[in-house]
Amino acid sequence: MSDYNFAYLDEQTKRMIRRAILKALAVPGYQVPFASREMPMPYGWGTGGVQVSAACLVPEDRLKVIDQGADDTTNAVSIRRFFEKTAGVATTGRTSEATLIQTRHRIPEEPLTRDQILVYQVPIPEPLRFLEPRETETRKMHALEEYGLVHVKLYEDIARHGQIATSYAYPVKVEGRYVMDPSPIPKFDNPKLESEAIQLFGAGREQRIHALPPHCKVVSLDFEDHPFEASKADHDCDLCGSGTSYLDEVIVDDAGGRMFVCSDTDYCETRRGAGHRGRLAATGQEDAA
Amino acid sequence: MTPLLQVKGLTKRYGARIGCADVSFDLYPGEVMGIVGESGSGKSTLLNCLAGHLEADSGHVMFDTRAEGLRDVRAMSEPERRMLARTDWAFVHQNPRDGLRMGVSAGGNVGERLMAVGARHYGDIRAQAQDWLGRVEIAADRIDDRPTAFSGGMQQRLQIARNLVTGPRLVFMDEPTGGLDVSVQARLLDLLRGLVREMGLSAVIVTHDLAVVRLLAHRLMVMKSGHVVEAGLTDQVLDDPQHGYTQLLVSSVLQA
Ligand SMILES: Nc1ncnc2c1ncn2[C@@H]1O[C@H](COP(=O)(O)OP(=O)(O)OP(=O)(O)O)[C@@H](O)[C@H]1O
Ligand SMILES: [Mg+2]
Repeated sequence: MSDYNFAYLDEQTKRMIRRAILKALAVPGYQVPFASREMPMPYGWGTGGVQVSAACLVPEDRLKVIDQGADDTTNAVSIRRFFEKTAGVATTGRTSEATLIQTRHRIPEEPLTRDQILVYQVPIPEPLRFLEPRETETRKMHALEEYGLVHVKLYEDIARHGQIATSYAYPVKVEGRYVMDPSPIPKFDNPKLESEAIQLFGAGREQRIHALPPHCKVVSLDFEDHPFEASKADHDCDLCGSGTSYLDEVIVDDAGGRMFVCSDTDYCETRRGAGHRGRLAATGQEDAA
Repeated sequence: MTPLLQVKGLTKRYGARIGCADVSFDLYPGEVMGIVGESGSGKSTLLNCLAGHLEADSGHVMFDTRAEGLRDVRAMSEPERRMLARTDWAFVHQNPRDGLRMGVSAGGNVGERLMAVGARHYGDIRAQAQDWLGRVEIAADRIDDRPTAFSGGMQQRLQIARNLVTGPRLVFMDEPTGGLDVSVQARLLDLLRGLVREMGLSAVIVTHDLAVVRLLAHRLMVMKSGHVVEAGLTDQVLDDPQHGYTQLLVSSVLQA
């Protein structure tokens, strides 16, 4: 077949990464260092997620790769091809059919189950980095649970914008202990971090893995008088009519016409397949979109 | 009365060089201790050993903790010491950049200590920050400006507000007026004196400016080559110096 070991990485490396994953699952939210390998793709293209996926995949797996909710972006396509080629695993676009999902920037709308693993691509795993550049200091802050700085960031948000403007990578506290950056998912997805599935976060350049075991308690940080809100655009999906899914705003013509569509394309297609219709779906615009 | 701080035989060496040697003193609640001496005499070394920024080689630093009375700070665990540093203690650096977050607004700088000890109500935090900016004479409409937009004197006042907002019982200051224009220094000294009195603060202030200790310190320690050569009530030491080195210092021969 190919010249690669199954899923590209050699067995030694996979073992090392699996040890890091197990440790990360045992200490939810804690960033476990691992020796990140060179991957045949540039940093920023999900090398951390790819290594975690490679260490988790077995031949029976069915893989789904999403980028910003879609399966057909360059990034998602190239990672899917990579594993088709190096692991020969089956792939799918359907959330419910996948056993392992690698994602960037979104959590699927459809609740995940105990048989699934969700792997996140993480650019910067350290939630305290923006205000404390010293690694020695942030490590100490985690060790001693000194998390006042996270609230300083939220304070600055409110002082400047009148509300907590952080809408991606919104910091959470895991099991009442570690503060964690959930990667750049919209804060709308934060409530979904409490899940039946195993969630693994891989940061390639920063060489860190963190994890959320199933049913782990995940609380989004906030102020008493500015509570956390899992906000989204105040619309229904124009294609499938969903009033609860996260929406992208799409410009549809030169006259500034716009529509709101589910960011999770599989979710939207599945709903339309089941006969749900949005404001613009009946006019046939879904084919144009 | 229990001293707030009791220092015994504190010694710190840098290799063969002495940083400070065998320093002992008591500091009582509400008292301000001045430490003076020429450059290199060991003032900062002593202060940093007291505040736990530097590890002393030997000696004891006993602090009257709220929960358990006198405890040896050097024997505390690091978490305990860091907790002390953001609650009952405060440290004002000579260079405000060392004591401020330059990328965070004035309000955020003052609020940080509140949030560090668990404040989670934005409105309350902001109100307290506002109040403290007023107390250090920073206009209310500067609350959302970053310290980079402040003058040196304002930065230093902001650093003081940031330190005092949680009502510490002991403040360490290393040359708090150093590097400022003379007129700005005078205003800052006035302000510090007011705050110390009003809050009944205890403080250890390092300076080589005798005018600073004259205004602020109840008692004085004179250091030379790492050793305390003379100690006593400020006016007594300055008006009737016993040690030859102090006499030189007071007659301003050694003053920078
Ligand atoms: N990190 C260090 N390594 C080696 N020697 C040091 C170090 N820091 C200070 N020293 C030495 O220890 C002595 C005391 O220095 P210290 O900085 O405490 O003096 P100081 O009284 O604060 O002086 P200044 O008024 O200039 O700030 C000096 O001889 C100094 O050279
Ligand atoms: Mg000094």
